[in-house]
Amino acid sequence: MTAVAEPEVGRARLRKEDARLITGRTRWTDNLSLPGMLHLAFLRSPVAHARISKIDTSAAKQKPGVIAVVTGADVAEEQGSLPCAWPITEDIKIPNAPSLAVDEVNFAGEAVAAVVARSAAEAVDALEAIDVEYDELPVVLDMNEALAEGADLVHPELGTNKCATWVFDSAEAGSGGAIDDAIAQADVVLERTFRQQRLIPSFMEPRSVLVDPTGEQITVWSATQIPHILKWMISAVTGVPETKVRVIAPDVGGGFGGKLQVTPEEIITFLMARRLGRPVKWTETRSESMQSAHHGRDQIQKITLAAASDGTLKGLKVELLADMGAYLRLVTPGVPILGAFMFNAIYKMDAYRFECTNVFTNKTPTDAYRGAGRPEATFAIERMMDELAAELGRDPIDLRRQNWIKHEEFPFTTVAGLTYDSGNYEAATAKALELFGYDALRQEQRERRERGDTVQLGIGVSTYTEMCGLAPSRVLGALRYAAGGWEHASIRMLPTGKVEVITGTSPHGQGHETAWSQIVADRLGVPFEDVEVLHGDTAASHKGMDSYGSRSLAVGGTALVMAADRVIEKAKKLAAHMLECSEDDIEFSGGKLTVRGTDKATDIQSVALHAHVAHDLPEGMEASLDSEATFDPENFSYPHGTHLCAVEVDTETGQVKIRSYVCVDDVGTVVNPLIVEGQVHGGVAQGIAQALFEDAVHDESGTLTTGTFADYLLPSAADLPSFVTDRTETPATTNPLGAKGVGEAGTIAATPAVVNAIVDAVRHLGVDDIEMPCTPMRVWRAVHSGTRAEGGPGGEAGGGLGSIDASGGAQ
Amino acid sequence: MIPAAFDYVVPATVDDAVRELHDAGDEAKVLAGGQSLLPVLRMRLAAPSKIVDIGRITELRGVRDAGDHIVIGATTPHHEVQHNQLVREHALLLALATETVADPQVRHLGTFGGALAHADPAGDLLAPALALDCTFVVAGMDGRHEVPASEFFVDYFTTALRPGELLLEVRVPKYTGWRAHYEKFNRVAQAWSICGVAAAVRVDNGTIAEARVGLTNMSSVPVRARGVEEALVGQQASPEVIKAAAARAVDGTLPTADGNADAEYREHLAKVLTERAVTAACS
Repeated sequence: MTAVAEPEVGRARLRKEDARLITGRTRWTDNLSLPGMLHLAFLRSPVAHARISKIDTSAAKQKPGVIAVVTGADVAEEQGSLPCAWPITEDIKIPNAPSLAVDEVNFAGEAVAAVVARSAAEAVDALEAIDVEYDELPVVLDMNEALAEGADLVHPELGTNKCATWVFDSAEAGSGGAIDDAIAQADVVLERTFRQQRLIPSFMEPRSVLVDPTGEQITVWSATQIPHILKWMISAVTGVPETKVRVIAPDVGGGFGGKLQVTPEEIITFLMARRLGRPVKWTETRSESMQSAHHGRDQIQKITLAAASDGTLKGLKVELLADMGAYLRLVTPGVPILGAFMFNAIYKMDAYRFECTNVFTNKTPTDAYRGAGRPEATFAIERMMDELAAELGRDPIDLRRQNWIKHEEFPFTTVAGLTYDSGNYEAATAKALELFGYDALRQEQRERRERGDTVQLGIGVSTYTEMCGLAPSRVLGALRYAAGGWEHASIRMLPTGKVEVITGTSPHGQGHETAWSQIVADRLGVPFEDVEVLHGDTAASHKGMDSYGSRSLAVGGTALVMAADRVIEKAKKLAAHMLECSEDDIEFSGGKLTVRGTDKATDIQSVALHAHVAHDLPEGMEASLDSEATFDPENFSYPHGTHLCAVEVDTETGQVKIRSYVCVDDVGTVVNPLIVEGQVHGGVAQGIAQALFEDAVHDESGTLTTGTFADYLLPSAADLPSFVTDRTETPATTNPLGAKGVGEAGTIAATPAVVNAIVDAVRHLGVDDIEMPCTPMRVWRAVHSGTRAEGGPGGEAGGGLGSIDASGGAQ
Repeated sequence: MIPAAFDYVVPATVDDAVRELHDAGDEAKVLAGGQSLLPVLRMRLAAPSKIVDIGRITELRGVRDAGDHIVIGATTPHHEVQHNQLVREHALLLALATETVADPQVRHLGTFGGALAHADPAGDLLAPALALDCTFVVAGMDGRHEVPASEFFVDYFTTALRPGELLLEVRVPKYTGWRAHYEKFNRVAQAWSICGVAAAVRVDNGTIAEARVGLTNMSSVPVRARGVEEALVGQQASPEVIKAAAARAVDGTLPTADGNADAEYREHLAKVLTERAVTAACS
């Protein structure tokens, strides 16, 4: 008997990607350099809304090293309109979206001209020589004002600032009762309005694109999450046949949805390379990224929660305004719709109604950002559950327990019409409470309150779920999304016994190369080291739907398992021929193919070589074990978990300090616990950052005043507690891996846990809400006015770089 | 982002540096650690025609004992100031404030003189330098002269340095045996101060014999909280005394409003943080 190898799935392997990423021994797009390569730079509008009355590029064209200067008018025929793949309603208003503004600019940061020069420095220098005259138009910033009668319009040709209104009603859908009845019959009706502030994705690697037009195919390297979709969309926008476009996403330094986009910069770089017949590269500055790459969130949520006096939930009404910004990018209008099915979360209730109005403003377009729609939904319901607990004098966990779906009730079809396949909210919560020391912290909270401590303790709860593993194609179709949600994988069995895996997912930091290798090593019984994962190059990975929405493992991993099973089926057939037995008598285990009941055996590597040389194959068999598979999920996956946060609020200054943070996540079967841990840490950090730090602020002229990291605050390790993470494992029943997805979980869960904790700390002082981010000033003001604190002190930047006056400066 | 083109010179001596600066008129910028200047250049908020890199002028770097005071060279990195024994012994407040500047990477490159000459009102070293009555030694074509801290900071990002002049060193009177605390208030660790309070006290048998208090980011320039100092001197270091003294922290301040704090909140913070800084210094 040979020893059974330890399964790869479940091992906390160090990531095979890390050495090259950490030491910088890799090729990011901006590191690439091609012979004769030119550099492109964009001139961007400093104003939020204006008619372009004149652009004079003649002086810029005379600057040293300049090859070409183009305006929107110069490329108007070629540039088309940037794609919106999610027209959520039949009557949705979709404005024309040129990559370079032609007549009008609609947000500060919109590109109005491009310079191509021999060096990046010369391109930037020449920008200053372009003379643009702006005829300023009224600026639309506030969503409520934008919808008012007689409002100034972002796009006058549309006749309105209302992009679309999308409704889900459980009575109409047949998944529940009528919300008005639920509210009328309730003992308690709570109404709150929350603001989901605008966030900037802040991926580590700025966006970059390099286009080489010199081959038969035009090759596009881009720091993107979506090489396959980008290839399709470049073709759709420019009319260049898809067969003539190859897209490569090399190692990509983070995205968080921020690189789930077809950007104006990609299109213009493509057009200029094609026009000039030379490679052209563009890499953004951080300032450009913050101003012009798409933003996230930005909703106003009016929430009505109806309950019986014993705490039983009756109904939930959600009325949203969602800020689209100035244009509809790839999935802009659909982001709030991803949240539509999640406001009811893990709770049972009779009736649910969701209505979202998408609104145009003169701001940077919004689009997917980590969680996309689901963090907003989770925040609203989890805040409301704490408010209801306070209203009824109940423990917030006890109230949740009363209302959540019990583990024996799965699969459970919710009032929003989704069927949750599995979950165990009791188990995750019990574990979290124990790790947190809930009772002791409640005791300390009481003591601090009693002695009137200037530092008050608060405890915040978030029992979240999310729908991820995007997505069943038929559901996407029903939601009017223009693409499918399947994923593809293929496996090449090489003559040396090594294995190449080609995935349609496109990792940009997640560690797919490691996790996919673990899955294949187990499935085919080959060493982990013998598996190589190829991705991101449409010439190698010819088919895929890329990475976003916590989909890669649940969907792409499943395609991989299916492809591996097909390899084994072929191998069995060939092994039976080699071992002169019936195919039915071949047993496959741990890479060995054995004739049942005998010691006659071969291994997968030998069979692969045998297939490759093809000297002796069974009748009708092709000379290959290679296999591929496309998996289209039947359902979403539903990770869940319980996050508990304890904060200390300094009532004298308003400063919030996170004292402890415990999360118990259930992401189904785990392939690599170390990767999951990393995803949870990063996700929680980003969720906390929304609660406390991040805010894209515009002044009354539409200028982004938090345009550098001196003003747009991101926490570092020094600002965050040591997270206590643990897991429960309730496998998903909708895929053979049992995986649910983890990429967005932490971000979705953390934000309400933190805000609930802050409100809990000062609720006895008369506070029932604090607007995000909960800055020290807002918290202090809430404590001292004993009311809800909204709004800020205006749009000026804080100290430091953001407020540097160029006329002063260092001497 | 890419700065506009400039000439780059690396003088070996103070005389050469001053000549380079003089020749360029107001078109030159001094480069020391570059932690403020480089972002300004890269964002094209400034486009000087010449950069004078003073990093190789050896006499500008280091800390030395000069009898009744210590001397900190302008290009001494924060990290060195923070850990220097002379500074810790005779000017503890400066070492403590320096510990709070930005992050370790910045503190290894950024310089003491550079931070002071940059004169960002949210910078943490200005208030301690003012509170400790430091003297700034400046060189120009007409020789060297001294500027007291009370005259050095003129306005936002503006000092008494004239075009063509170079900050050489800062003389710090000895506060041997004084206790100190720098109370910094910000939202994330590497951010600039929303408000900061620098406090140094000489406590004699429980009585505050002398006190020096400076405020960060409570005006366009650092502010000496003389009202607080007066209320402390000669008093027992009791919570009541300190609280009453801290109430005078806003005298003479002119706080601005920005995304982090409006004037009312800043004034409130100044009082709370002064109480905390003095309490910590006294204990």
